[in-house]
Amino acid sequence: MRLSREALALLLAVPVNAWAADPVTLVLLNNQFSPSEVKVASGERFRIEVQNQGSAPAEFESTDLRVEKIVVPGGKITVMAGPLKPGTYKFFDDYHPETTGTLTAVDSVAEK
Amino acid sequence: MLATLIIVFREVFEAGLIVGIVLAATEGVARRGVFVASGIAAGVAGAALLAAFAGALSDAFEGSGQEVFTASILLAATVMLSWHQLWMASHGRAMAREMKAMGREVARGDRSLLAMAVVVAVAVLREGVEVVLFLYGIAVSTQAGALPMLAGGALGVLAGALVSWLLYRGLVAIPVHKLFKVTGWLIALLAAGMAGQAAAILAGADLIPAWGYQLWDTSWLLPESGMLGRALHALAGYSDRPMGIQVAAYLAVLTILVVGARLIGRRPAPQPAVARVS
Repeated sequence: MRLSREALALLLAVPVNAWAADPVTLVLLNNQFSPSEVKVASGERFRIEVQNQGSAPAEFESTDLRVEKIVVPGGKITVMAGPLKPGTYKFFDDYHPETTGTLTAVDSVAEK
Repeated sequence: MLATLIIVFREVFEAGLIVGIVLAATEGVARRGVFVASGIAAGVAGAALLAAFAGALSDAFEGSGQEVFTASILLAATVMLSWHQLWMASHGRAMAREMKAMGREVARGDRSLLAMAVVVAVAVLREGVEVVLFLYGIAVSTQAGALPMLAGGALGVLAGALVSWLLYRGLVAIPVHKLFKVTGWLIALLAAGMAGQAAAILAGADLIPAWGYQLWDTSWLLPESGMLGRALHALAGYSDRPMGIQVAAYLAVLTILVVGARLIGRRPAPQPAVARVS
C-alpha cells in the first residue's frame, strides 16, 4: 500500500478535486460576461476559465473569491477558487467595473 | 474620466504608500533621491515591458505565470526590506544621533539604498503593469472620449503620487530620534505583508498548500475592497479572509525581523565610539 499512501500525500498537498471537475468557462465580449450567472458546488475547489474575446485587456477580479488576474485580448486565463460556503459571489472586470457577473455556490448534496 | 481617475489612482496609491515609507526610512541618507527615482523609473520601464508580454507571461508555468511572477517579485522585495531592516538595526541609532547633531544634511553610507531601490521598483512594477494595460485598453478602444479618459488616468497618477508625498511628509514630521523606530515597524509590517501576499498568491494557484482557505472573515467589519482596507492591505498586509499559509508566512517574517533587529541592536556596535555611548 506504499503507492496509495504516496498518492494520498500528493492529494493532501494539492487540494482534492483540484483538476477533477471541468472548469467554469466565462467569455468576455463587448463588456459582458457570458454566462453572467454561473453555479458551482459548495465546499469544493474549482477552476474558472476566462476567455477575453474583446479588443481591450481585462482584469478578472473578485474580492469574494480572492482572485485577480489580467486577461489580454484574445487570451484566456484560469484561476482557482473555493471551497465556498453556499451563497452568491460577485465577480467583475476591474478595468470596466460595470462589467459584472455572479457565481452561486450551492450545496452539492442537496442539488443531486 | 472620473472612473478612469479612480481606477488608476487605486493602483498608484498602493505603490505610493510603499514609496512614501521608503522615502521616510531613508531620510538623511545621501543620494537616496537618485536611488528612489531610479527605482521608480525602473519600475515604470519594467511595467511597460511586462505589459507588452502579458499574454506570454499568463501562459507560462502552465497558466500560472502571473502568479509565479508576482509572488517572486514580492518575495524579492521581502528579502530586500528584511536586509534593510537588519542593516538599520546596527546603524540606525548612530544615524539618528548624527542627524540630531548635524541636522538632516548628513552623508551616510548607502549600502541599503540599492535594496530600497529594488523595493520601490517592485512596488511600481507590480501596480504599474495593471495601469499600463488599463490605459492601453482605453487607447486602443475606438469608443469616443478616449482622451478625457486618458486625462483621468494622468490625474490618477498625480493623485497617487500626492498621497505618497503626504505620507512621507507626515512621517518625517516625527522627531528624528523616533523616526527610525516608526519606519522600522512600518518596514517590518510591509515585509511581513508582502510575504503573506506572496504565499496567498501561490496557494491560490495551488502551487503550495493553503493550510486552510479562510481562517476568518472580517469583510463585514473592514472590507479589503474599501479604501481603508486597501491601504492596510498595501501597508501591513491586511486580508479580510486570510489563508493559513498567508498568516504563517506573515508571522514568520515579522518575528524574524523584530527578534533579529533586537538581537543585532543589542550587540556591541562595530564602531567603538558608538558602543561607549549609553
